[in-house]
Amino acid sequence: MASNATALKPQKEKKAKPLNTQSKSAYTWHQMGVYKACYAMIAPFFILFTIFTVIPVVMSLPLGFTNFNLVQFPRFVGLNNFYTLFINDDIFIKSIKNTLVLAFFTGPFSYVLSFIVAWLINEMHPFLKTFFTFIFYAPSMVPSAYSFWTLLLSGDSTGYLNSLLLKFGFINSAQQWTTDTKYMMTIVIIVQLWMSMGAGFLALRAGFQNLDKSLYEAGAIEGVKNRWQELFAITIPSMGSSLLFAAVLAISGAFTVGSVGQTLCGMPSTDYAVHTIMNHASDYGSARYEMGYASAICFILFITMLLVNKLIRRILRKYTD
Amino acid sequence: MAKKRKKVNIEKVHVKKKQHVNGSLAGDVGIFIFLAFLGIFMAFPLYFSIVQSLKPINELFIFPPKLYVVSPTLSNFSDLLKVSGNLWVPLSRYVFNSVFITVVITAVQIFVCCCAAFCLSKCPKFPGYRFFNQLIITALLFTSTATGIMQFVVIAKMGLINTYWAYILPAIPSTMGLYLLRQSMSEINDFIVDSAKVDGAGLFRTCWGVIVPNQKPAIMTLIIFAFQGAWNMQGGALVYREELKTLPTVLGQVAAAGLARQGVAMAVAVLLMIPPLVVFIIAQSNVLETMATSGMKD
Repeated sequence: MASNATALKPQKEKKAKPLNTQSKSAYTWHQMGVYKACYAMIAPFFILFTIFTVIPVVMSLPLGFTNFNLVQFPRFVGLNNFYTLFINDDIFIKSIKNTLVLAFFTGPFSYVLSFIVAWLINEMHPFLKTFFTFIFYAPSMVPSAYSFWTLLLSGDSTGYLNSLLLKFGFINSAQQWTTDTKYMMTIVIIVQLWMSMGAGFLALRAGFQNLDKSLYEAGAIEGVKNRWQELFAITIPSMGSSLLFAAVLAISGAFTVGSVGQTLCGMPSTDYAVHTIMNHASDYGSARYEMGYASAICFILFITMLLVNKLIRRILRKYTD
Repeated sequence: MAKKRKKVNIEKVHVKKKQHVNGSLAGDVGIFIFLAFLGIFMAFPLYFSIVQSLKPINELFIFPPKLYVVSPTLSNFSDLLKVSGNLWVPLSRYVFNSVFITVVITAVQIFVCCCAAFCLSKCPKFPGYRFFNQLIITALLFTSTATGIMQFVVIAKMGLINTYWAYILPAIPSTMGLYLLRQSMSEINDFIVDSAKVDGAGLFRTCWGVIVPNQKPAIMTLIIFAFQGAWNMQGGALVYREELKTLPTVLGQVAAAGLARQGVAMAVAVLLMIPPLVVFIIAQSNVLETMATSGMKD
């Protein structure tokens, strides 16, 4: 290792000269040789990353044009899959609608809520800060607390929610919270919100913590009078980069909702009331082995995520320098 | 006139400095009440699970359920051992699987991410530096939940179905981990890297001898995230051999027995939730320190 580094030194000084005489590609090639060690160090990550993230994402388009059952070689069927998806597959259309509703609550709604909570926590006593941060982050760490929700929402009259509401006379008979289409969406939204304050919340929380306190004092001198003015004049403009990071996490969370509904309401849920795009894809992918069709669904999902990501970046651009 | 006004304001600032510069007492109280309500909603399921898991059998079936335990007992946990004695695969095997997977994923992920993050933050001259950095930022979108179904094809074609590899390999290249480490490492002054080079250290030595020892908060954060992810991992369609499944699947099996087993189900839920919570409490300040550098510039 040590000898390698000493060998690096003279080569680096030489590089200025060949820049003018050699072509650009030759120069790049030369530089790649100089930084061999760099490539060796990023290789383990990027090889695995390519296999398990890049290939799956990129492959979804070509596979979307085929009929593929994992065993035989994919058979090209043109636009058939996409045609079926948008014209003949009512459940897919329904799942888009469900995903958009759920995505609104897990995405923008929970993002704003995280922001407000992080903002409010930030003004508290240090001990309370730690305490509340823990309380709000904890649900996203422990999906095992699901078993509480199943007890609470149990459909017979001894289910906690049912018995409570029966006792106070809000309802006359036990309600099937997780199988009655009237309630399913609301229930899934509540549980989803409950566990949606994850890493994005922590990033915002840390962003607030890092704000320069003297900005507020300067603001007070300049005539900022209350918390709201402070928020819009000082806080948001100086937190752009944390906001963007949390937004990216929110997008990826919002478009991949599905596991909560699957756990609480079963798969498929009654009348597909909480069936999302993710559920639809995993139904075709890992249950029916129609990978071509599943790929088409995933491809549409990926493209949507990328577009929304681009849009959000454009909106937040003025705050990130 | 203007001068005078400024002076008054400065005094006001100093008087109020203990609390917040701009903010009334009523506002503080209101905020506290709002957060307290929201906090109860967030914490109640966790609190109630713990209470239920400590209740003896006669208290479990009191109706309506009490929100506290009269005579706490660990009988649910010992029942869990009895119940799991009837399972096809002994409980110890599930525990081993979970612990093994978690330890391997966390260790390898941190090693791999440290190496890559060092190059992506401290060697801006190597060709492809910008490309790889852009790639990582875009890839933050594609979490394992999003790519899971397409990953299934890759994993199946590689013949990794029903092996530990199916859990471990996809979890190692964590984009989020790499991103956080890279952000945190780029806070370190480049002079340190240069002086290490002058002293004759290669890239690998600079990374592990100079930079990584300074990254305790970021590495703690990565440990927590990796730990949470791996600890909650379930085989799903990838691993269906019973003796390779993880602890969360036991919870599903026991909870499926319904109300009669709720004490035991809660005991499993509590066993599953305690490790990540404890690790997080210990390392909370580290996490916040790391997340403070997570900002993304366009």
